[in-house]
Amino acid sequence: MTTRTQPRRPAAPGPATGPPDALVLPPDTIAPGRANGRAPLRREGPAKLTGEAKYADDIVVPGAWYGATIRSTEPRARLRGLDLDDDFDWSRVVLVTAADIPGDNIVSLISDDQPVLVPVGGEIRHHAEPLALVAAPDRATLRAAKRAIAPRTEKLEPVFDPEASDHVFAQYAIDAGDPDAAFAEADLVVEGTYRVGHQEQLYIENQAMIAVPTDDGGVTVTGSLQCPYYVHKAMTRALRLTDRQARVVQAETGGGFGGKEEYPSIVALHAALLARRCGRPVRMVYDRHEDIVATTKRHPAIVRHRTGVRRDGTLVAQDIDVVMDGGAYCTLTPVVLSRGALHAGGPYRCPNVRIRARAARTNTPPNGAFRGFGAPQVEFAAETHLNRIAAELGLSPLDIRRRNVFRVGDVTPTGQVLRESVAGEEVLERAVEAAEFERERERTARGRAGHNGAGLVTGGPRAAGPAGAAAGIGLALGWHGAGGEPDPLATGPIRRATGIGLALGWHGAGFTGSGEVRLASVASLELAADGAIRVLTASTEMGQGTKTVFPQLVAAELGVPYEAVEIAAQDTAFVPDSGPTVASRTTMVVGGLLIKAARRLRAGVEARNPGRTFAEAYRADAAANGATRIDEQFEPYPGEPFDDTTYRGDAYPAFGWAACVARVAVDLDTGEVSVTDVVAADDVGRVVHPVLAEGQVEGGTLQAVGYATIEEMKVADGRYVNDRLATYLIPTALDAPRITSILVEAPFSGSPHGAKGLGELPMDVGAPAVVAAIHDATGAWITDLPATPERILVALGATAGPATAPPAEPAA
Amino acid sequence: MTAFRFLVNGEPVEVDVPGMRRLLDVLREDLGLTGTKEGCGEGECGACTVILDGQVVDACLVPICQVDGGFVRTVEGLAHGPGEARRLDELQAAFLETGGAQCGICTPGMLMAARAYLDAGGGPDEGAIREAIAGNLCRCTGYTKIVEAIELAAGGGR
Repeated sequence: MTTRTQPRRPAAPGPATGPPDALVLPPDTIAPGRANGRAPLRREGPAKLTGEAKYADDIVVPGAWYGATIRSTEPRARLRGLDLDDDFDWSRVVLVTAADIPGDNIVSLISDDQPVLVPVGGEIRHHAEPLALVAAPDRATLRAAKRAIAPRTEKLEPVFDPEASDHVFAQYAIDAGDPDAAFAEADLVVEGTYRVGHQEQLYIENQAMIAVPTDDGGVTVTGSLQCPYYVHKAMTRALRLTDRQARVVQAETGGGFGGKEEYPSIVALHAALLARRCGRPVRMVYDRHEDIVATTKRHPAIVRHRTGVRRDGTLVAQDIDVVMDGGAYCTLTPVVLSRGALHAGGPYRCPNVRIRARAARTNTPPNGAFRGFGAPQVEFAAETHLNRIAAELGLSPLDIRRRNVFRVGDVTPTGQVLRESVAGEEVLERAVEAAEFERERERTARGRAGHNGAGLVTGGPRAAGPAGAAAGIGLALGWHGAGGEPDPLATGPIRRATGIGLALGWHGAGFTGSGEVRLASVASLELAADGAIRVLTASTEMGQGTKTVFPQLVAAELGVPYEAVEIAAQDTAFVPDSGPTVASRTTMVVGGLLIKAARRLRAGVEARNPGRTFAEAYRADAAANGATRIDEQFEPYPGEPFDDTTYRGDAYPAFGWAACVARVAVDLDTGEVSVTDVVAADDVGRVVHPVLAEGQVEGGTLQAVGYATIEEMKVADGRYVNDRLATYLIPTALDAPRITSILVEAPFSGSPHGAKGLGELPMDVGAPAVVAAIHDATGAWITDLPATPERILVALGATAGPATAPPAEPAA
Repeated sequence: MTAFRFLVNGEPVEVDVPGMRRLLDVLREDLGLTGTKEGCGEGECGACTVILDGQVVDACLVPICQVDGGFVRTVEGLAHGPGEARRLDELQAAFLETGGAQCGICTPGMLMAARAYLDAGGGPDEGAIREAIAGNLCRCTGYTKIVEAIELAAGGGR
């Protein structure tokens, strides 16, 4: 093989990323956000836009072997042994089994239940469970070796139904008031059961890790990950390494969404075991199929609601039962469930509450973190249930929310007094105003009354163009491809109904309960002797904007240009443990620590240089006095401490608030839903960077739309059936609605910059808004996500079919 | 093994590899052009989108034997100028300004699909832009700012 281009060279990423300067914008281009001096351009943007950014699989490591995982093919079995084909030359590869693990055979996280590799004699608990590892110098040999290994097993009876499982990972009870008495006095009691399935994070970059053995007997892993110190802890424990010997470096990371919170520990351990065994670097890069088959998903859940209300819509009692399917191992399930329990009632005042939540083990691959982390499941149920209550009472979805939404001074079911930064009402009003919710809803209602007595728009022949416009009601279906083009397969008139739906949500910012106190995160700021100002944190960039927002916050505090602040690489050899990059905590918690560090740094420099600002003095000060490093450790936010045993107290330092209005068009013959546009209003405390913040709202909203409509992971015998990107679908640009994001600011006084969480908020409200819009269009309630065409057609049948009868409006 | 000769971003290259080797692997592994990404390996995600003789293709679905004598354009060929004077092209600049790139893994493919759209005379028409990038999945942005970026680069302003 010959090439005439530059030879490949090992990547040698420097310790710090400076601002983009080699690739500046042409002078005549407008840089929105930059013009006002507050919102700089994405720090690592130019590298990503030119292809120079190095994701794990882009990093060239000379002499590296390729690693692979030998997995179970049964959902539950006893591993009796591994049969090796004698015809294969085993001297060409290395093989690692559980017997080769030097430390604890445990993927360290919350519980110690998940092995790195199932040992012989051990129990296989899901069909994709790792049993052994193999590495080879090239891919062809690796494939041959994989084929030459056959697990010998003894089948055991699997459990797939979390409600039938006798192994409970966690359970919680939250009680307030006297629900039984309140139900007895309620004007109306409404019950409902809601189900949601798995959702795949589907970051576009698959899991990937490169392990390199080091001279001190340790291993350095470089890869795609959210939480360097989670991986670090897992490595020290399973590989019996010192803190120094285990080194974790984040490569550029192509999306995470929770899917790279805990799973990368497994990939890193596997790669590291192989690297130590063969004494050379090993690349462990999943393909899409393996990534979908083996990695964590959003927890499926069954949520049962029983709610007592007064005739005017006032909530008087809530009885909520949440069951989550944890999959085969504990992973983060207790924390996911906890967040689910704490958000289960929705953002509403209700004095009498009983919440019971439990998560059980099944023989499916473990479920884990995914944006929203337990909240999207329960908030879909809570919001859909509230909409059904409103319908039963003859109230509008807006009025019932206005009546019940939390206001300042209200108390949550855990006894948390909402003292400040309560913006449920504001996001609600802003969203409905922008979407013209009430006017649109009247139009869709007139549509239902005026056309065959149902929410039906007879749009004429399919080629006739926007059906809504043709019928004179609803919204024009003119968005990208939804109408307009003649359909050559059409045989009759299109029957399409349009509708609008509303949902409101809340999301606790940062870790749940005493989580932040236990994490005790550290963020550091360094003024180097050469005058460089450097941010040192373990908070990772995975698209959300950490590398831009942190220098921005520090620069503002120090009074220096954004470009003057560098950010150190996320490498455990250099940066402190700032906690994981999860739970919408990065800007709020770690950003807050950096601001405090910057204040101390500035005060120190200005004290040594009276009469001069930091910006004027810092270079000379550093040259004269040497480097200064400020380590800022987390201190508890004000409020009542949370009691993890009684579930009383302040569950979160603050809540973010979100409202979503969705408009849909439903094809009544095929059941296909198209979400045409969405207005999302999200309160994030303080907006640090408007462009990045809008990006979070838009991206989270589309993931929620996917969750609501097309993202269905089918499971058979504990195995994902649609385990490829050709069969697990996520929205394309044509499926995506036009999204209008409204950023609301209700600052939180506990963080120095007022910021709260953002990333997860939009994920909580999109799905119930879409389902409410489907009901508005068709009269059918979808109680199980996603609202697939099949489910919609079944539900339409249950409402006697909108073409022949009006949707059954439940009597009040 | 057979020698295949073609142009990559205007530079002549020659590789001596099996004819069915994927263009994606030739770019990434043989030529060291890792800007082109692999997301699924089956033509669903568009992360490996490059322009081959003016056409948008998924490099994971193109065997190198079909590239012989062709002209391949990748993300590495978009920015202009040598060394320190290198500048983003107007499409890359628009992505940077509008926030069209988040995690960045779909970005190279998205840029190439958009580049082909613009080169074919595509204008700031939202529906047409969405059609042009319908083969490129993005999980971060909700596509809003990507569409905005392409509109901006197509002369649509904001």
